[in-house]
Parts: sequence; structure tokens; C-alpha cells
Amino acid sequence: MRHLLSTEQLSREHAIQILDTAQEMSAVGEREIKKLPALRGRTVVNLFFEDSTRTRISFEAAAKRLSADVINFSAKGSSVSKGESLKDTAQTLEAMSADAVVIRHWASGAPARLANSGWIDAAVINAGDGTHAHPTQALLDAFTMRAHWAKLSGTPSVGADLTGMRVMIVGDVLHSRVARSNVWLLRTLGAHVTLVAPPTLLPVGVEHWPCEVSYDLDATLDSGVDAVMMLRVQAERMNASFFPSTREYARLWGFDDARLARLDALNLKDTIIMHPGPMNRGLEISSAAADSHRSTVLAQVRNGVSVRMAALYLLLSGEMRSEKTPAVAAQPSPSLPSVKDPS
Amino acid sequence: MTSTSYLIRSASLLGSTTADLLIRDGVIAAVGKDLDAATVDGATVIDAAGLVALPGMVDLHTHLREPGREDAETVETGTRAAALGGFTAVHAMANSSPVADTAGVVEQVHTLGRESGWVDVHPVGAVTVGLAGKQLAELGAMADSRARVRVFSDDGICVSDPVMMRRALEYVKAFDGVIAQHAQEPRLTEGAQMNEGIVSADLGLAGWPAVAEESIIARDVLLAQHVGSRLHVCHVSTAGSVEIIRWAKERGISVTAEVTPHHLLLTEELVRSYNPVYKVNPPLRADSDVHALRAALADGTIDIVGTDHAPHPSEAKECEWAAAAMGMTGLETALSVVQETMIESGLMTWEDFARVTSIAPAQIGRVEDQGRPLEVGEPANIVLVDPAARWNVDPAAMATKGRNSPFAGLVLPGKVVATFFHGHPTVLNGLLNTPYRHEGH
Repeated sequence: MRHLLSTEQLSREHAIQILDTAQEMSAVGEREIKKLPALRGRTVVNLFFEDSTRTRISFEAAAKRLSADVINFSAKGSSVSKGESLKDTAQTLEAMSADAVVIRHWASGAPARLANSGWIDAAVINAGDGTHAHPTQALLDAFTMRAHWAKLSGTPSVGADLTGMRVMIVGDVLHSRVARSNVWLLRTLGAHVTLVAPPTLLPVGVEHWPCEVSYDLDATLDSGVDAVMMLRVQAERMNASFFPSTREYARLWGFDDARLARLDALNLKDTIIMHPGPMNRGLEISSAAADSHRSTVLAQVRNGVSVRMAALYLLLSGEMRSEKTPAVAAQPSPSLPSVKDPS
Repeated sequence: MTSTSYLIRSASLLGSTTADLLIRDGVIAAVGKDLDAATVDGATVIDAAGLVALPGMVDLHTHLREPGREDAETVETGTRAAALGGFTAVHAMANSSPVADTAGVVEQVHTLGRESGWVDVHPVGAVTVGLAGKQLAELGAMADSRARVRVFSDDGICVSDPVMMRRALEYVKAFDGVIAQHAQEPRLTEGAQMNEGIVSADLGLAGWPAVAEESIIARDVLLAQHVGSRLHVCHVSTAGSVEIIRWAKERGISVTAEVTPHHLLLTEELVRSYNPVYKVNPPLRADSDVHALRAALADGTIDIVGTDHAPHPSEAKECEWAAAAMGMTGLETALSVVQETMIESGLMTWEDFARVTSIAPAQIGRVEDQGRPLEVGEPANIVLVDPAARWNVDPAAMATKGRNSPFAGLVLPGKVVATFFHGHPTVLNGLLNTPYRHEGH
């Protein structure tokens, strides 16, 4: 495995290797000297075509804790905003001997382009591309769930998966790379996923995903759930007729105080509430829910650094166990497609 | 102009009877088995044993890019590609810069075509000024110009305003014109990147739903019926569109339809690579659509193959999917792709091939000297094809400036051996020969 582009083809073995390595890395964060020499002399470029301070500083912290040199390359204020192409940017980084490129891009598939085009030899880590994938977010979510799930069952989390865990992902699935990456990864790890959203915010084709789909948040809660993941509603959706009003959205699809109380009433005392951040308090999640003891929002942020350390370390050290099916995005060869004459 | 004569020896005419064809003074002078020596005196002999002779192909849908985007293609390079692909006429779409929305621009393109001399270039006139959909272009002036425009299209953009479409359909009746519609409901396809369905859901690319094409076709066939005019539907891409066109034809509505070679062969699965060489408008669709399009072309619901040859400079494709230009080259691969999908599959004969690539497109475009039978006295626009040949598609070896062929690396059947244009061989032995020189130039 050379790149981390999506979770769709990430094998169970690789996923668990990343989570187990992240667990080792998390111990580093608890030391007084939060640093390992593992990637000394290696160069990691954070190539951000889209603003995301949170994700960038998480990757930056991860690379620095592994002693890598970090270059932050933001599209704003760089030649990219003057119209330089992805190809030229990639070749520039190649000429600077980047070992890994962490790319955040507004265009779905940009990391796959970078990895498969031959423009650059570095390892490519997808830090979120358009409405496609955000694999390290899904991995940090899975890491957070696994720690909780193992604690409940009183077993060690190393080597474990999420078999039997019921996860509900709520909100704008259509535009969410977080939801897509979680659906595939959680399926691989054995969790049972239900997507809950207004029908306008589910993609055509969602019926082929390995999960359940519901329009009814309360019915899904009532059926029992171990983790609730609330997705951010982007401001640009609010005036595009995806839903009538933010108030109606909050009433039907938001995790409000009443639903927080309902968890207690249903005796779901161990159910956790997750959010990838940044949160719209009062819209998709109430402050009481966000700040409750059930909330894992800050644990997710903390775990993000560990998971990204693991991804960088495994890709750059070559210690990712090789398999027959690498986790790079599929590159269909230009062969005749499967359409055959009907005769 | 030229009195040179050619004897095509033992060709399989439209894939059936074997005969000799004598070409003299731009027309077919004799047809028959073993033409006698006196008849063929002085003719250059071309051994066509094993080759299929067909009427020169006529493309109703070509982007030649000139004027304005000569970096992508010129009339000269595009028509060289056409001749190599077996064409003797192409219709140059109007989305040049300036737009072909006046008599001046269409006459310029027409003249460039005549000067190039590789194929007939019939400019397509824009329906609306600047393709903006607000005001009818001077359709009558373009029809009456030296270019004698009969096909009008805002291709690339849909004439989405129903009143504008109605008026255009009505107006072109005055000179037997046809409106070639790019069927794409604009609001349903804002930011659209690929076919909307299972693959777009996975890839997180904004969907281009089939309904955006089908709803416009449904509206347009009803408008064509209401005003009694001719409608041509460009690049039909969905099974649902086929059903609507079949329904319209059963009701006697004057509608014709076109499919591209790429929609007959490729599916949306290729988009999983995020390689923009597969980005095209309308987008590649599902397997079931490909099957429906093939069946529709075979049974006549879809009348013709149009290439939608759309060359782009490499930088327009060497980028992120969403930033890439839409379009694929097609002139030099059309014959092979149609052979692969329609003839090798047993769905069509070479006679059917001649109908969908030459006879019917010439009729729709009202091009009188193209798409004619291989008979004595007919204009000698002929292509010789080796159906047994296999070749590896290499975009770098093509005559078009565009390197954006989605068929790159495929091995395809069928090779153009010779193309005769007004009796002159523009292609011989599979290679460009010399252009035809029109009288008066």
C-alpha cells in the first residue's frame, strides 16, 4: 500500500493495522517529550487547496511528532491561486523531494489524480477531497468507537474491530466525504450503519451502499444505537431547497435536548455522540448534547493526531503489510468494458 | 478538375456483392464484375480484394474549433483527421469563437473547408446569438449564405427556453432546416460531472441525471409535432431517451436521433479512475444504457452515428476531474468503434453501417451529393475499409490535434484503406494522400 486515498478498498487487515499503530502512537502524546525519531529527515508536504485549519494542524502535529520536516503549502497566497495546475504543483513538490503529500482539495478525485498520474513519486494521503472521501477522519472515528466498544466489553482494543456496534450517521450525507468514508470503513470493521437524513440529502445510488437508510431519526434512536454521528450542515445548503428552513432541519434531523434526554429514557446509557467538527450548535447538535459526557468531540480531535501519525509512519516506513489487493483507488485499465452484445 | 481515373478492383460493395468500381471525373463511371480493358483504360488500379466499399461517411456533429481555438484544432487538422477516419463530409458545430451565428462566420468556416480540400465542411449555424439562448441568430441569412446552412444548433448548450425552441423549430421550416438539440435541462445539471447513479454516489461527483436529457427530448418532440417541424436530437445517451424517441416516431413526429461511438462502447465505470479523458457531455452512462443505444441504432430508432469529435489541448485534461474540459476526439476511431459494437456483435450489416454513417446523416443535413448509392453517375465519395485489420489506438499518432481519445490503448477492428472525395483519393494505403482542389480556388 503506497497511498491512502479512500476507505472503500481498505482491507480489514490494513484498517486494523492502522488503528493498532495509532494506539501505540497515542502513548507518545501522553509523554512529556511528545516526539519519536521515526521520520527524521523525511519531508511531508501539507498541500491544501481548501481551507481547513483543523485538519492541517492535526497532520502537522502528527508529522512533527514523528520528527518529519513539514512544509505547509496553501493554495491561498501561492501560485495555485494564480492558475498553476495541479500537475505543475505536483512536479514542483517532486523536484523538492517530498516524501509524502497530504492533500486537501475541493475536487473529488484530486488525490487519486495525484497518486496515479505519474506526476509525482511521493506517498499521497487524502486529507479530504470534495464530496468523495476523508479516510483519516473515518479512521479516527473508528479509533474512537473502538476504544469505547472495547472498554464496554472489557476486552483489549488492540486487534479488535467493531463487530456488533450500531452506528447512526445523521445529516447531509449527499455532500459528506466523512459519511462516505465511514460507511465503507465501518462496514469493513463489522459495525452496523444506519444513515439518517432528509431524502434530498442522500445521493441517488445510496441504496447500493452497505448500510441501512432511514428518514426517521427518532425511530432509529428507538431501535437502539451505540454511537450517533452528527454531520455538519454547510451554510451553502441552507438556501438551495434541500430543506425548507434551518428550524425545520433542527427539529427533524438535529440532535437536540429532547433527543439527548430520550437516550436516557431508552436506557441507552453508553451511547456516545460524535461530530467531526466544526459544529453548528443549535442546528445539527444542541450545546447540551455537544458538551455532555456522551460527547466524544474532543477525543476525536486527540485521536486524529494519533491516527495521522500511524498513517504517515506506515506509508513512509514501508511497514504497511503488503497484500494482494492494495488499498489504492482502483485504476481501471483502458480495456473494453464489460458490455457485450446481447446475443 | 482532375481527369485522373481510378479502378477499384474487386471490392465488396456495402459488404455484399463483389464488383469493380471505375471512378472518373469525380463520379462513378462504371460498376461491374471484371470491367473490360477498354472501359478502364488508363485508370490507376487499386486492388480492393477483401475490402468493403462504402459511401463516404458524413458526420453531423464535429467540433473543428476554428475560428478561435486553433490551439485545440483547425479546419485543416480536423478535416485531415476526418479523411483518415473515412469521412467525406463533416458538419462543424457552431460553438467557435466568434460563435457561428452570422453569415460571415459560417462563410469563413465553409471557405476554410474548401481550401483544405480533405472533406466537405458544412457549418452548423447557432440557433441563438452567441449561444446565449436569448435571441434568434440570423438563421435565414446563414441559410442563404454561400455555406447554405441547413442544420442549426447551440450544441454544448441546450436551447432550454421552450418559447425560443418553438420559434426556432417554426422558423427553419422556411428553408427546410433542422434544429439539432443538445438535450440538457440546465437547472437539473448545474455543476454536473458524471452520470447520476451508483458510481457518482461512490465517487462524490455531482450527478447528471438521465431525466435532464429525457425531459427536454419529451418536450421537444411534442413541440416538433405541434409546429410540424424537423427536430434532430444530438448524442442520445440514455435508455429512457430511446423510449421517448421511439414513441415519437410511432406517432409520426419528424424527429431524428444520433448516438456517439463512445456512448456505444464505454460506460461510467471508467470514471472510477478520475481520469478526465473519460469526461464528456452528455456523460458516459450505465451498461443498460449502452445496450439500449445499440439496439436502438440497429432498429432505426436512432438514425445516425455522430462523432461529437471534441479535441482539447492536453492541459484541459491534465488536471482535476472537476476542472477538466468535457469532450473526446472521435473522427479517427468512429468507424472502428461502430464496427466493434454493431457489426462484430452481429447487430448490423455493412449496409446498415452505410445507412447510419452516411446516407441518413446526409439526408438530415440536406447534403445532396453525399450519402449516395455506389452506382453509375453518382458522386465518387467512397471509403474502402479493411474489416479484418486490427489496430492499437494511439492518440499521439492521430492527425487531430486533440490527444483526448478515450479509446487509447484499445485494439479495435477495421482500418480505412482509402477515401475518395469527389473522385480524388484523400487517403491511400491508410495514409493521407493529397487534398482535393475545388474548381475556382
